[in-house]
Amino acid sequence: MATVTHLKKACTVNPLKMSQPIGGALAFMGLRGSMPLLHGSQGCTSFGLVLFVRHFKEAIPLQTTAMSEVATVLGGYDNVEQAILNIHKRTKPEIIGLCSTGVTETKGDDVEGYIRLVRERHPEVADLPIVYVSTPDFKDAFQDGWAKAVTRMVEALVHRPLPGAVRDRARVNVLPGCHLTPGDLDELRTIIEDFGLRPSFLPDLAGSLDGHIPEEFTPTTIGGIGVDEVADMGTAGWTIAIGEQMRGAGQALHDKTGVPFHLFQRLCGLGPTDDLMMLLSEISGRPVPAKYRRQRGQLVDAMLDGHFHIGGRKLAIGAEPDLLADVGGMLHGMGAQITAAVTTTHSPVLADVDTGEVLIGDLEDLERLAKERACDLLITHSHGRQAAARLGIPFFRMGIPMFDRLGAGHLTMVGYRGARDLIFALSNLVMADGEAHHEPTPDTWRTPHEHGAIGARTEGDIA
Amino acid sequence: MSSLSATIQAVFDEPGCGKNANKSAAERKKGCTKQLQPGGAAGGCAFDGAKIALQPLTDVAHLVHGPIACEGNSWDNRGAKSSGPTLWRTSFTTDINETDIVFGGEKRLYKAIREIIEKYDPPAVFVYQTCLPAMTGDDINAVCKAAAAKFGTPVIPINSPGFVGPKNLGNKLAGEALLDHVIGTVEPEITTPYDINIIGEYNLSGELWQVKPLLDELGIRILSCISGDGRYREVAQSHRAKAAMMVCSKAMINVARKMQERYGIPFFEGSFYGIGDTSDSLREIARLLVERGAPDDILARTEAVIAREEARAWAAIAPYKPRFQGKKVLLITGGVKSWSVVAALQEAGLELVGTSVKKSTKEDKERIKELMGKDAHLIEDMTPREMYKMLKDARADIMLSGGRSQFIALKAAMPWLDINQERHHAYMGYVGMVRLVEEIAKTLFNPVWEQVRRPAPWDVPGDSWQDKAIAQMDAEAAALAADPVAAEAARRSRPVCVCKGVDLGAIEDAIQAHGLATVAEVKGHTNATGGCGACAVRVEEILAAGPALAAAE
Repeated sequence: MATVTHLKKACTVNPLKMSQPIGGALAFMGLRGSMPLLHGSQGCTSFGLVLFVRHFKEAIPLQTTAMSEVATVLGGYDNVEQAILNIHKRTKPEIIGLCSTGVTETKGDDVEGYIRLVRERHPEVADLPIVYVSTPDFKDAFQDGWAKAVTRMVEALVHRPLPGAVRDRARVNVLPGCHLTPGDLDELRTIIEDFGLRPSFLPDLAGSLDGHIPEEFTPTTIGGIGVDEVADMGTAGWTIAIGEQMRGAGQALHDKTGVPFHLFQRLCGLGPTDDLMMLLSEISGRPVPAKYRRQRGQLVDAMLDGHFHIGGRKLAIGAEPDLLADVGGMLHGMGAQITAAVTTTHSPVLADVDTGEVLIGDLEDLERLAKERACDLLITHSHGRQAAARLGIPFFRMGIPMFDRLGAGHLTMVGYRGARDLIFALSNLVMADGEAHHEPTPDTWRTPHEHGAIGARTEGDIA
Repeated sequence: MSSLSATIQAVFDEPGCGKNANKSAAERKKGCTKQLQPGGAAGGCAFDGAKIALQPLTDVAHLVHGPIACEGNSWDNRGAKSSGPTLWRTSFTTDINETDIVFGGEKRLYKAIREIIEKYDPPAVFVYQTCLPAMTGDDINAVCKAAAAKFGTPVIPINSPGFVGPKNLGNKLAGEALLDHVIGTVEPEITTPYDINIIGEYNLSGELWQVKPLLDELGIRILSCISGDGRYREVAQSHRAKAAMMVCSKAMINVARKMQERYGIPFFEGSFYGIGDTSDSLREIARLLVERGAPDDILARTEAVIAREEARAWAAIAPYKPRFQGKKVLLITGGVKSWSVVAALQEAGLELVGTSVKKSTKEDKERIKELMGKDAHLIEDMTPREMYKMLKDARADIMLSGGRSQFIALKAAMPWLDINQERHHAYMGYVGMVRLVEEIAKTLFNPVWEQVRRPAPWDVPGDSWQDKAIAQMDAEAAALAADPVAAEAARRSRPVCVCKGVDLGAIEDAIQAHGLATVAEVKGHTNATGGCGACAVRVEEILAAGPALAAAE
């Protein structure tokens, strides 16, 4: 229903968007024993590193090929070679995930060729899984980098099943978009397991960046899905892809292995969760467990209680397409109006957002639209804090980065429970804002003083 | 206007830097910066450094010319504070796309500058160059010049693309931009004999305001702080200051030195961290001002303020001394900051069991030894596992470090306090040091540690990962102790020159085999110190120790 527009301005002010390579890098952090590596100058890595440390409040594995000016011009083979060898020697990773950046793409480094050459020359890394993904940061956005990386993982790591191999009906692949948090993945895992199924998440940030205490000090990722388990994904009975961004990865997995996939464009709210329950029930041949029947009732009750506060709210939302569609859709379903919507990149899902227009833009655009259209609820990542302060409206942080509040990794929106708690959090925020800023006073409903208005006492009346 | 590479060479050739003055011409040309190692580096780039140095100028529009990565991934993430303008926290970037790379991004940059001036009307626009447009050849100097002429607003090019080097080079390149385009372009309305510049101070967590009241009381005016809570105009007129203090070690030494050369403004390197250091810095400011013609009554007034403030600080810290009795601190931080914090912690009665000296110069090391005594553990390079073991063995009760190593301490359920840029508290001056002591006490005596260390009720003793890790390390240590050959091999395998991958054994062998006596000779035989040169201090120590001492180390 929405049209997607792209404003023509030369200067992006207060970016909403983050770059593709670090989206790719985050996807590689969902693998076990992984070391994501950006092929670019060291700043490309250090900015990403700081961003993720501040978001997850965890140690983050992320390395760089440390391209200098000269290396950039001459080509980065030596740097890629040294980086792979150094990482192999120092951190003994199970896999290296290599993402390109703007400078190395502009030079046109043939990274696939480099990797082949490094393997030939150095037998010690001949069998080390190295997955390369092209992610120039002068196009597309964070979500695209994540999606491309997962697609490449599928292409490079999943084994084609042997002819006549029997599928394991109890095994389910899950391809989550980057809009899901470790908390969302944990919730999904619980739900799927409660149907007697065994899920494999690719990538699995819940195992690696969920804030648990690690077993040991390791410079690579801890937890996450193992390369061996990824290789086996072709034996699963089903694949569930979450978010439009994962369509490519789901399709790639299907093309390679024949595993059928079901794409959930949304997974937040009553309808999408009902769909998930029915699919799992069908796959597993089991009825929906009593626990979820009860949770469904709780969500319905939360929606009834919450709609008083969320209904009629004029929402300003800035998020990547899948998060925008998911959360925006859930709130629209509770009577909120999506009054201002800004996103980072193109996606087919944007056309279905229940609003007139989705703008590909920045937080300056969102702030301007929110002001013009008198929005009274702002949802975006932490960088919305300055806009929220200027607008004086309640602000709920969602998306990456969330660096100025705790618990970014555990904010949950999927499943009945996730939606229920999200509705409570938003409703409470709106109520608190009302108490703090909108308590009635004797002057609240007074017509502004106008000269000669009916009932107005002027000095002339007194005389 | 010189080229970027000429500017970089000039920055490397810094006579104000003692370390640099000791180098050969060839070494000097290579610069003072650590050579980057692919797969083994994680520091910020030159662009990052330039932005860190200049972004605290609060009324300036900071425009980043590059793809979204450079600004979109990193904006509004520094803890500097402003007493007024908020424009510096608004993020501007050209967010260049494929078309700009093919056809050049200069037009977009020019339009972006125009949009900013039309919408925000800032006193100046700073334009930061990044790798990609530097590579495709966008001439930001020309664009800035044209835009400034057209719009009548200063537009300053900051030529510090990420791939020219690391963060500290970027700090200096930022300084060069100020020297070339800003400093000396505006005359102050009034000057006083008490005008000073503070250079290299970023007002993180507002900490400059912990010292400013004292300067105000003494009638000393900060004509310009470069760049914490600074304004464009203040920097532009900073050439009329009578004296300058350079903080934050050598990040902006080029600015201080060139302002001395060009405008005759004497400077000293000082610190407001620690009680003694703060007093010394205040004295030095007063002394320099008097030297430049200020009435000398300020000396006595300064002493009076110092006496009063020190007494207050001691009185505030005294109650903690008995509580800190026997508590040990592990201090992991870079370079010069070590000794200024060491003194302060000892003032509070804490015992320092170790401090990192990885980035310290020889003089720094001597000073630390002087402060901490012969037994002090000077840590060259510590793996996370070793840090953890040190904390766990209760050789330390608390770790103070930068944000990077916090997870080692926190995951090990050991108290930790942030003393680097990311910290949320201000620790400057007398009040700041009292605050640091309070924070240490709050952290150290928090009952949370006892709870988080308690094993789950179903855990089998000795089976937790912590116990296993410790057991494993103890076993390794015991094995080494029982096997002198293996122990010697382990000792010899300690890396000395990380850049060139030379270990202690190789250096000792070379010294013995060829009778080497100087760092240059060692370099000739082993290539050690051939990279960034930071390990030269270490090689000197190995040479000084001689074969017998080295073996006993």
